[in-house]
Amino acid sequence: MSMLTIAMPKGRIFEEAAALMQEAGYQLPPELDESRKLIIEVPEENMRFFLAKPMDVATYVEHGVADVGIAGKDVLLEEERDVYELLDLKISPCYLAVAGLPGTSLNEVAPKIATKYPTVASAYFREKGEQVEIIKLNGSIELAPLIGLSDRIVDIVSTGQTLRENGLVEYETIVGITSRLIVNPVSYRIKNKEISTLVSRLTTTIEEKAVR
Amino acid sequence: MSKLLMFEKPVGMRDTLPHIYETKRKLKEAAENEMRSWGYRFIETPALEYHETVGDASAILDRQLFKLLDQQGNTLVLRPDMTAPIARVAAAKLLKERVPLRLAYSASVYRAQQREGGRAAEFEQIGVEMIGDNTLSADAEVIALLVSVMKQSGLDKFQISLGHIGFTDELFRQILGTKERSEQLRRFLYEKNYVGYREHVKNLPLSSIDKQRLLQFLSLSGGASCLDEAMKLVEGSAGKTALEELKAVFDRLKEYGVDEYVTFDLPLVSHMSYYTGLLFEVYADGVGSPVGNGGRYDDLLEKFGHPAGATGFGLRVDFLLEALEQLEEEAGVHCILFSNERRVEAIREAQKRRAEGESVLLQDVAGVDDVDKFTETCKEVTFFVGKSSYGGEG
Repeated sequence: MSMLTIAMPKGRIFEEAAALMQEAGYQLPPELDESRKLIIEVPEENMRFFLAKPMDVATYVEHGVADVGIAGKDVLLEEERDVYELLDLKISPCYLAVAGLPGTSLNEVAPKIATKYPTVASAYFREKGEQVEIIKLNGSIELAPLIGLSDRIVDIVSTGQTLRENGLVEYETIVGITSRLIVNPVSYRIKNKEISTLVSRLTTTIEEKAVR
Repeated sequence: MSKLLMFEKPVGMRDTLPHIYETKRKLKEAAENEMRSWGYRFIETPALEYHETVGDASAILDRQLFKLLDQQGNTLVLRPDMTAPIARVAAAKLLKERVPLRLAYSASVYRAQQREGGRAAEFEQIGVEMIGDNTLSADAEVIALLVSVMKQSGLDKFQISLGHIGFTDELFRQILGTKERSEQLRRFLYEKNYVGYREHVKNLPLSSIDKQRLLQFLSLSGGASCLDEAMKLVEGSAGKTALEELKAVFDRLKEYGVDEYVTFDLPLVSHMSYYTGLLFEVYADGVGSPVGNGGRYDDLLEKFGHPAGATGFGLRVDFLLEALEQLEEEAGVHCILFSNERRVEAIREAQKRRAEGESVLLQDVAGVDDVDKFTETCKEVTFFVGKSSYGGEG
């Protein structure tokens, strides 16, 4: 049996992902979320975990330095990496939405959209038949319409609280998001046995949770 | 853009330093010799082709092409693969000579990287094309040769996944009816998005049995037993023909004694429209991307005006090197250092040894600052320095 290297996302998704792995019967080391140590081996499971920025998980998996990863669908849509998307883990549900100040419309000359997801945003507006200008930001996207940088933002919404607190409203929902199990195409073949086991154990857990 | 610094290269362009060159040369030599010993003849084609012809016919996405203009304003491309150029030559010339054609190549191809570094934009491919033979023996030969080439190159941990686009097409056609709906579903496979595939199937207006068939299709991979499972999923002859072809090729691979390297993967879709029958990808332990791929492409030659069936494979030399892990030790040369007085003696000695097949480096000591450092990597060192030992020639 060869060792599986698994890329886990830091932050919001991490706890739910780790809990799901534990429910599926995998012994995750308690020190994993302390994030001091970047790579942690779990010889009992023949696995090796490392923590990465959620946006980077698909990159590690595409290059094959991680066999498997857990990444949000938002990351997969944005990054368009060449990886297998095998399972919907049904955790960390949220959605991508278009938001802005209430009662405003898009600037007619050059409608500006601020977002952390330029690929998703430009594809969405193109499909709608609207030409917009995308401004890439790395965080605190809500600030953009408040300070006058953009007419709209495209961002992740989970409870909508951040939007409300900043006096923004949702205009359109783009797509629902959950976390996915992704796999490198070569690992999918070469480590097929190990990955199949992981997939079937997770599938069972996800189905059990859905019934509950 | 800031001013380029003198050490910079375009994204994805790489240098090959001497020790890597040696390893690469040996690997390519082993692979080429194997191809030659199976009766394949090597050809070369130009690096530049017309976008309208070869660029358009190639299996590589348009946005991955390096394009430039010639003086007449035609768009040229740096060849993104060798299959399309070879199809051009075959259709225009070689097919008139003798059929089937067995051709081989070892050449650099060019694919622009969109996003970032970490991937080569120029890399060498080594492969074969068998043109004008529609038999399953041709498909089997190409895969058997592929296995031989991998082994001769020093690789033993690899796996070939085999699929058949005819089966996928027929299954989708039977269940979905229209080409458009099949295409949609095929795109999910091409994008490796099994979650999206399942979601899409769930929402189709189909009977639960048909949905189950489509979902089961995703799990059709592994040993030969998955072909039996697949048989249950299709009705009628067309889908079964594809499976029978796979089975027949697998039996032939057994006869070649290479079946241990082959597994089936029926949902494998390497390209949206290029392959017309059997197709495969090659994976090596420790390399994150497929080291090679291939299959039957019966429609390509027609684009160049000479319809003919064809099959072949291409391997990426850079990925094979990555799979090899160990770099070849440089053989080392015999160094002869001489001073002016004994120059002739040194030249004679070098000539003699070279004639015997030895690599000999001849160096004037006056040109070397640090003799110890210079001779560090030499296999052997001979000095012809100072007064001649026996007068005469010196």
